[in-house]
Amino acid sequence: MVEDSKLKSLSRMPKTRGPYISVITNHKINLTIRGVVLFSIGVFLALVLNLLQVQRNVTLFPPDVIASIFSSAWWVPPCIGTASAVIGLMYPCIDRHLGEPHKFKREWSSVMRCVAVFVGINHASAKVDFANNMQLSLTLAALSIGLWWTFDRSRSGFGLGLFIAFFATLVTQLLVYKGVFQYTSPDFLYVRSWLPCIFFAGGITMGNIGRQLAMYECKVVQEKAHQD
Amino acid sequence: MLLSQLIYYERSLDTPWIPPLEPPAYPNGCQVTPRMTLSDRLHQKISGAFYQHGLLCTSYPVPIIFFTAVCILACCYPLLKLPLPGTVPEEYTTAVRDYSPPPSDPQAPQRDPSDRPDWYVGPPVAYIQQVLVKAVVSPWDQSLIPVDIFRSPLAQVFQLVEEIRNHVHRDSTGSHSLEELCLQVTDLLSGLKKMQSQLPEHGCLLVSPGNFWQNERERFDSDADIIRTVHQHESKGLHTSATVKDLLFGVPGKYSGLSLYNRKRVVSYTITIALQSYHARFLSSLHSRLKQLHPSVNCSLRRDQMVHVHFKEEIGIAELIPLVTTYIILFAYIYFSTRKIDMVKSKWGLALAAVVTVLSSLLMSVGLCTLFGLTPTLNGGEIFPYLVVVIGLENVLVLTKSVVSTPVDLEVKLRIAQGLSNESWSIMKNMATELCIVLIGYFTLVPAIQEFCLFAVVGLVSDFFLQMLFFTTVLSIDIRRMELTDLNRCFPAEACLAPPKPSPLRPREAHQQQYKRLRPVTPYTITLQPSSFRNLTLPKRLRVIYFLARTRLAQRIIMAGTVIWIGILVYTDPAGLRTYLSAQVSEQSPLGKSGGLPPLSVFPVGDPESTLTVLPHPEPTPLLENQSQDQQRPPWASQRDQPPGPDNTPEISWIPPDEETWRRLSFRHWPSLFSYYNITLAKRYISILPVIPVSFYLSAQDAVEARHPQDTQRFHSHFPAFDMQAEQAPEPPGKTLSQPDFTLYKAAALGLVAGVILVLLLFCLYRVLCPRNYGQNGVSHGRRRGRGELPCDDYGYSPPISEISPLLLSGHHMDIECLAGDGMLLVSCCLARQIRVWDTQTGDCLTVIPDPGLRQSSSGVWERQERWEPEPEEEGLEAGVGGYPLRRRLLPSRPALFGDQPDLTPLIDTNFSEQPTCLGHANEGARGGFHFRGLLERAYEEHGATAPNIQGYSPSPAPCSPCRRHSQGDEPLCGPNPRPASCLPAVPGDWDSSVWALELQGSLIAAGRSSGKLELWDALEGCLHCSNEEGKSGITALVFLNNRIVAARLSGSLDFFTVDINKPMNLLQYQGTPNRGSMPPSPCYSSDDVICCQLTHSVQCAHQKPITVLRAAAGRVVTGSQDHTVRVYRLEDSCCLFTLQGHSGGITAVYIDQTMVLASGGQDGVICLWDALTGSRVSHMYGHQGDVTSLICTTSCVISSGLDDLICVLDRSTGIKLYSIQQEVGCGASLGVISESILVTGGQGCVSFWDLSYGDLLQTVYLGKSNEGQGVRQLRVLDNAAIVCDFGSELSLVYVPSVLEKLD
Repeated sequence: MVEDSKLKSLSRMPKTRGPYISVITNHKINLTIRGVVLFSIGVFLALVLNLLQVQRNVTLFPPDVIASIFSSAWWVPPCIGTASAVIGLMYPCIDRHLGEPHKFKREWSSVMRCVAVFVGINHASAKVDFANNMQLSLTLAALSIGLWWTFDRSRSGFGLGLFIAFFATLVTQLLVYKGVFQYTSPDFLYVRSWLPCIFFAGGITMGNIGRQLAMYECKVVQEKAHQD
Repeated sequence: MLLSQLIYYERSLDTPWIPPLEPPAYPNGCQVTPRMTLSDRLHQKISGAFYQHGLLCTSYPVPIIFFTAVCILACCYPLLKLPLPGTVPEEYTTAVRDYSPPPSDPQAPQRDPSDRPDWYVGPPVAYIQQVLVKAVVSPWDQSLIPVDIFRSPLAQVFQLVEEIRNHVHRDSTGSHSLEELCLQVTDLLSGLKKMQSQLPEHGCLLVSPGNFWQNERERFDSDADIIRTVHQHESKGLHTSATVKDLLFGVPGKYSGLSLYNRKRVVSYTITIALQSYHARFLSSLHSRLKQLHPSVNCSLRRDQMVHVHFKEEIGIAELIPLVTTYIILFAYIYFSTRKIDMVKSKWGLALAAVVTVLSSLLMSVGLCTLFGLTPTLNGGEIFPYLVVVIGLENVLVLTKSVVSTPVDLEVKLRIAQGLSNESWSIMKNMATELCIVLIGYFTLVPAIQEFCLFAVVGLVSDFFLQMLFFTTVLSIDIRRMELTDLNRCFPAEACLAPPKPSPLRPREAHQQQYKRLRPVTPYTITLQPSSFRNLTLPKRLRVIYFLARTRLAQRIIMAGTVIWIGILVYTDPAGLRTYLSAQVSEQSPLGKSGGLPPLSVFPVGDPESTLTVLPHPEPTPLLENQSQDQQRPPWASQRDQPPGPDNTPEISWIPPDEETWRRLSFRHWPSLFSYYNITLAKRYISILPVIPVSFYLSAQDAVEARHPQDTQRFHSHFPAFDMQAEQAPEPPGKTLSQPDFTLYKAAALGLVAGVILVLLLFCLYRVLCPRNYGQNGVSHGRRRGRGELPCDDYGYSPPISEISPLLLSGHHMDIECLAGDGMLLVSCCLARQIRVWDTQTGDCLTVIPDPGLRQSSSGVWERQERWEPEPEEEGLEAGVGGYPLRRRLLPSRPALFGDQPDLTPLIDTNFSEQPTCLGHANEGARGGFHFRGLLERAYEEHGATAPNIQGYSPSPAPCSPCRRHSQGDEPLCGPNPRPASCLPAVPGDWDSSVWALELQGSLIAAGRSSGKLELWDALEGCLHCSNEEGKSGITALVFLNNRIVAARLSGSLDFFTVDINKPMNLLQYQGTPNRGSMPPSPCYSSDDVICCQLTHSVQCAHQKPITVLRAAAGRVVTGSQDHTVRVYRLEDSCCLFTLQGHSGGITAVYIDQTMVLASGGQDGVICLWDALTGSRVSHMYGHQGDVTSLICTTSCVISSGLDDLICVLDRSTGIKLYSIQQEVGCGASLGVISESILVTGGQGCVSFWDLSYGDLLQTVYLGKSNEGQGVRQLRVLDNAAIVCDFGSELSLVYVPSVLEKLD
């Protein structure tokens, strides 16, 4: 996949010294690379999760299977991609400003685990039959907070996650009011009540990825300082 | 055998020496008890339990792994009951008789519950009734064209469908028509508008080929091109799901016979009716009606089986993409996790163990849940990645990290235990947290989440169980393996060094002959190539292999192949593989073949009673030519094609596979048919009723009448050569019949070819990877192997450039025990207590010390005989004459004597020297002995042939003491000098003790004896300067540095002596040696100085146990002892500076050089590097499995040899083993380093030179031919870079010319 190869090349950079060093230590270029990576991850996840939400067709082979990937509006994945890029860049930035670098479980395996749990939460919300929406929302909220506690455990992460959840829900709400799109069945104040939970979990996940990506820059800069 | 052991053994003969009996103590034992805060008792308890558990796991790895495997299998056993994942439909067959739809209530009592599948409840979606039509134009007329094969048979379908539709069954309950019973369908799906014309809508689901023409005969008749109409909806490419043609025809396309090239001229198709409800009487009446109308005479298809087909849920692409994504994330997670495993022997092995741990814990979880009655309802494939992620690999990694980070010098057991207990608290805490979270999830009361949580809880517990038992044990095994090979950095050279000597496998004679043949003139093969060639002379094939290995080409190709394969799978469809395979199998199986060729349908079955009411069946016409052909066929054709048929008559045109034609269809046939009407078959079943056979026999006239006007036209334009073909037409049937045989042969031939190619490929691979020819004595390899059977190098290097010739110094009669030397002189002492001094330049024996009387008198003869200079031409002559590579130069008559029985002398010697009675025998006077010997000598010279035995006898009294005693006083001691002896005479009883230590400095020999006596001899004149008997305990080691002698004694005491060199007349100095009082000291005139030796200091209790090694350099004396300690003394004031502790066994080897580098090796196989200035331990490495027998340090590496006959070269700064060299048994201790770059090792009768930096074998020098079995046990590198090694009773002096140049 595109992201994987990018991640690999990114991880290889510190080892193979050379032109990469100058590239990666250049803050702007580094920021751009990270943004692009985060954007593509966001777009990919949006497509996949959207597909997950598409209810199963009764027919086994509807003739337009591939089309259902893009069944939602075309602008949704880019928007989510942009949002994830912003979030992924914002997390390390806030960490730096607060002066408390995130040290908890800074490994790719942990990040992968986080992404998997996030996809799992989406999967559960799409596939599992809940008795009522309140149950669904509560479960998802518990799962999201569990996600934060397992992989993040930083106050700034929690706060930012809450803010993102609130803001994103607000934006969707506005869009719904404007009639750009609508839910199949709004359950609470015209909002699908599980939406904030998903947004919260997504914010945590993208922040996790962004922080991990930012690690490379820190490492290389440190190494460079060391060499000098 | 090791030298040290030999010496110990030897010493034990003299003094009882008790080996250490106490068990080895672990110096780091203090680290064993884990340090914990006392406040947290729980924490402590958990740590303690984990510690104990770790010890248990390491102690019994195999039983524990076995136990775990049994546990896993036992827990997975219930999984056998679960249905296998897969989307292939299941079948269940019931009898048609007494059939009633199964009750929809699953709890209803079942007659045969074990037999009945779970899904067989409730009525099926539909009952499928197929009417299989086989039609043939018969007899075939030459005037008919290929279109006639199917046009008129297909035309029959309209009438038949009409018949079926209008069939009404009347009985007492009323009249039933098909309309009542059939499955009513509504609209087609919106996406299938283009198929609207083909598939029925708003009515009975009844499909037949007639649907192509909207069931209207007129359309059919006006259709000019039937085949195009039929194939118009065929999709291109790989496609295994059902096509419209298959759906309507109901038989696979290739069996329908709808082709212009249909040689069999049988057209078969089905009319498929889907029934809503089962009405047995209606169906039987339909059957009998059709049978009545179109009888198939010889049809004996069984009609008693009804097959229920259950379809599983299939995963669509829309669901596949998220699934694939989750799996990709899962693999990324596993990859990033296992990548962190480091510092272990086998990363892959541990990663595999970790994955196995998680997977089998999941399996156990599912198995246990099933065992306790929970049937999984979730889709296993979907929740699996999440379960893995929830359970996680973290604990496993934490464990590995913790164990790996424990001190390396601990024992494996303790390392594991300590690592476990260090992480015990966090592991328990994590597990408790996860359990809590999962339990919270359990209380969401959502069934799916509850089930997931249940699985996760059981999975977590079983994962913990497996981690603790399985993974810990695997980890301990891995760590143990790592300790054994100790971070072995693989140098390419080591690959060829590693294999042990295959010497016993080969007959030595062959090698010797080959050796002679190859090197007839120069007996010593010396090949020292320039180092520039050596370093990178890898053969090309190896380079290719290394290249492949480096780039992981094969791995990548396999990965790419896998990706492509998966891509194809996804492209075809989710269950594509199964379909594809089953299709392949059915195509290739002989049964399918025979089903494809119903062979006898062409044969005009004489069915006179066929009462075709619809179409008048013509009378069987006289035989045509192809019929006559056909008639010859039946006897064998039927045998081949219908072996399983119950009624095996040649007239049968209905064969058993026809009973279930639907089996030949794609298993997606029915789901796709129903899916067009938005009816899913997933998790439901259909019942397929027995097929109703219908046969049509059409006359040629019918066929001609049914023709479309364009048919003939097109036929003639397309097949102008048809007439010619028609003539040959009769032949093809035979051809097609024998086709299966051909395919069989083809398959066999292909298999054979593939097998041969595979064998050849493997052979080539073997040759490439394994270049040695084990079985044969290849010329090129034989030379290099030589006789020594050294671990050879497989590099094809260039021929020898320089030669190294060893000098053999013979004179000792027994094995040489002690060896000392500097650049000029060489002192050796044999087991017979004879000390000889040699000139290292010429190889002359200068002095023989032990037997003054005899030596002196015989010296006139002996000395002259033994002196020789190595002259090249003589050497060549000898070799040329005898073909005998010994370089000992002897008198012309003597080589034969020695050559015949060279072993006798030492043998007899041994007997005599060991006998204490020798003393009595010699009492009669050494003079007699001398005369005797002199006589013998003469006789020996005269009668060369008979002499050897006596000659062997004659020198035997030589080492005995009386001879020496005789010489005391009046006989001069110094052999070669004619002047009277001026040195001190030997002390009586002195010679009874053997020499245990020898040192040489300048021309002074210091000899330490087992009796505790220290003697100073003059090397050149062979006289005793002085001796010191203050200590009673045997001197085990000596050091002679500057003017000081340090003697280590068996009692563990250390004596420091000072050697004073005074002017000759100062006799007072001699009085200083108290034990000499009995003997009147005689002034030594031979040397200018009077030398005396004074005990200056004695450290009585230097060590608790015997001192085993003593080394001195740079003003320091280092002792190593059996008491596990190393002590460093200052040479000046004999002050103990440090006591170095760190070994867990007795010290067996110590090295110190001018740069104050101190290394010590112990019986525990550990090598410690110390800083001799501060006494601190620099590094610590595991080198050997047994004792370290010798140690040498260079500026960059530490070379050690051990009891395991391995020479390890370790990096001095990092302690990493660079490579190791497998030595021959018993030669492990002999090693030396020349000029920091060349390592010399001893082997069986040879000395090998190695490049120290690369570990390449430079050269092997063979010392002699006769003493093949003699191993080189001692090896010294002299100051002039000559190498001295013992070679049985001889000494061998090897010069390395190139090294000499280097030194200059």
